[in-house]
Amino acid sequence: MAIFGSRRFLSRSFWSLSPHPLRVCIVGSGPAGFYTAEKMLKAHQGSQVDIIDRLPTPYGLVRSGVAPDHPETKNVINQVSRVAQNGGCSFLGNIALGSSVSLAELRELYHVVVLAYGAESDRVLGIPGEDLKGVHSAREFVWWYNGHPDGRNLNPDLKSTDTAVILGQGNVALDVARILLRPTSELATTDIASYALTALEQSFIRKVYMVGRRGPVQAACTAKELREVLGIKDLCIHIKEADLKITPTDVEEMKNSRIHRRIYDLLSKAAVAGPSEPSSGRRELHFVFYRQPARFLESFDKMGYVSGVHLEKTALKGTGPGKQIAVGTGQSEDLSCGIVLKSIGYKSVPVDGLPFDNPKGVVPNIKGRVLSDNSGDPTLLENGLYVCGWLKRGPTGIIGTNLYCAEETVASVSEDLEHGVLASTASLPKPGRDGLLQILDNRNVRVVQFSAWERIDEEEKRLGSLRNKPREKLTTWEELLKAASE
Amino acid sequence: MLISKLSRVGFLIAKELSRGQYTYMSRTRFRQMPCGRYQRSLLELLPETRAFQGAIFQKHRDFSTSASNNASEGGDEQKETISVTFVSKDGEEIPIRVPMGMSMLEAAHENDIELEGACEGSLACSTCHVIVMDMEYYNKLEDPIDEENDMLDLAFGLTETSRLGCQIIASPELDGIRLAIPAATRNVAIDGYVAKPH
Repeated sequence: MAIFGSRRFLSRSFWSLSPHPLRVCIVGSGPAGFYTAEKMLKAHQGSQVDIIDRLPTPYGLVRSGVAPDHPETKNVINQVSRVAQNGGCSFLGNIALGSSVSLAELRELYHVVVLAYGAESDRVLGIPGEDLKGVHSAREFVWWYNGHPDGRNLNPDLKSTDTAVILGQGNVALDVARILLRPTSELATTDIASYALTALEQSFIRKVYMVGRRGPVQAACTAKELREVLGIKDLCIHIKEADLKITPTDVEEMKNSRIHRRIYDLLSKAAVAGPSEPSSGRRELHFVFYRQPARFLESFDKMGYVSGVHLEKTALKGTGPGKQIAVGTGQSEDLSCGIVLKSIGYKSVPVDGLPFDNPKGVVPNIKGRVLSDNSGDPTLLENGLYVCGWLKRGPTGIIGTNLYCAEETVASVSEDLEHGVLASTASLPKPGRDGLLQILDNRNVRVVQFSAWERIDEEEKRLGSLRNKPREKLTTWEELLKAASE
Repeated sequence: MLISKLSRVGFLIAKELSRGQYTYMSRTRFRQMPCGRYQRSLLELLPETRAFQGAIFQKHRDFSTSASNNASEGGDEQKETISVTFVSKDGEEIPIRVPMGMSMLEAAHENDIELEGACEGSLACSTCHVIVMDMEYYNKLEDPIDEENDMLDLAFGLTETSRLGCQIIASPELDGIRLAIPAATRNVAIDGYVAKPH
């Protein structure tokens, strides 16, 4: 172990002495990307780390995923922006992997490429009517209220209906429900996109149904988010008492999971405290358990628009110790609504030249090392190519999960350097950043460096201060690129 | 009964963690801390000086070193600090002095100990998770509030004596407390949701 330790030390100092530093490119500037950069700079001093992003703005889902009314969760930006200001690290925005530069080119330019670009698409249900107008993915809705430049044109119709159905009961579902139901005066002082605030102020949505295939013991949300939605001012919470009945298997499941136990307790308490007099105008949140969507219903008056969801009742079936899945019972019912938000999971999108496991929606890898195919053969490695974050392990977990994820990927890189897997390439100098900038310049790609992002940041904060908001996000590509160049 | 049994498991894990990996000590000693570490601890305290971090960082480092020396040597000042031992991920024991009223998260950063604090102590993450190594000390702490428990739900490698570092505040009765920083072991699923209590 001690020998291992000192070898580690030698390989570390090697880069700082070498005139040809280890050049690392990280694709994606969300938590996975930034934590990877931080760990990489710590483990390999003197290495040059470039973080590229397809947006002109850094921080990924911290900016476009974390709800505007969760500013404390965004504090992590303070820490990661210090990484970007480290001399060995550069943020290079407005570079799209696949169109601005190919993966093959990046692998030529850098010794190590770590893909951490997350999951920018959605899982689909694959049921009839999914394409009807008014059926959106929760990701699109989240991008919309968070001012993502690719999300601002969603224009969800919140005026023709008083009822929204959210499919899914995870944290994203709870975020979406909260944004729809929370008094807009409480959102007005957040960094929510101004067009979204206006639309929510004018919204007629009064009832939100959150539909889950399984029961309250299996709900995928976390306690903080649930507690928050249950505590919204003047909100009636509806939970059917029958749904709270639990089986011995449920009890077993709760025994093994603190979080499920606490979620169930919160739901039970909310059901008891439940709605006394559903007064008119009061907003309602209905937890609908043991239902799965079978198809979407089309409106009679408005062709092509959704008017409801046909739900099939489910029952739980044990598939192993502590594991229960929902199976259809054949009984069904309709739930009328004017808008549906599917919150059933994000999905990663592959790029050219990247091995991809389609059913799982991740890149096949062992501890972050990309495998050449899906056979799982650990000897077929893509030299110098690594993954981290959602692209590596699927779209679950919290910001902090990426810490461990990045640690694991960086440890794999270090081991490969030590064992010479990468050394033969690393002893060859690579062009790295200069080479990348040259290619992008030839292609007229306008790179947004960290200093340019800081100009966007300044401008957003200035606009925000005029409206008593922490920031007013620039929400179009034009505005962002203009602010970056000013 | 159950609780004490469970806590022993947590304790044993922490103990195992320090014993089994003690040989790593040399590695830790060799490690040259990048300046980012110091910048962080400074900026956590003085966010408004972010722009001047380069200039101030060296000063801060000197300051914090001398301050902790005074505290451990000077008789009077010793009353105002307590002794805390962090057991790092590598198993290294790091004894430090912590002024009364300071959180363990701040103290870790002040002393350059690798403990994350993604939300900066606002109870919105679980990255400053620590394991109190002795039940006796764990019992001296006030019970966690709901918000802390909500975050502990998501903590990696949760034990029955787990707490958030930002919620443990130095007070006289905690003098001598030992805190283990949980390490991510390779063979455990890394998704926060999967971590199970023992």
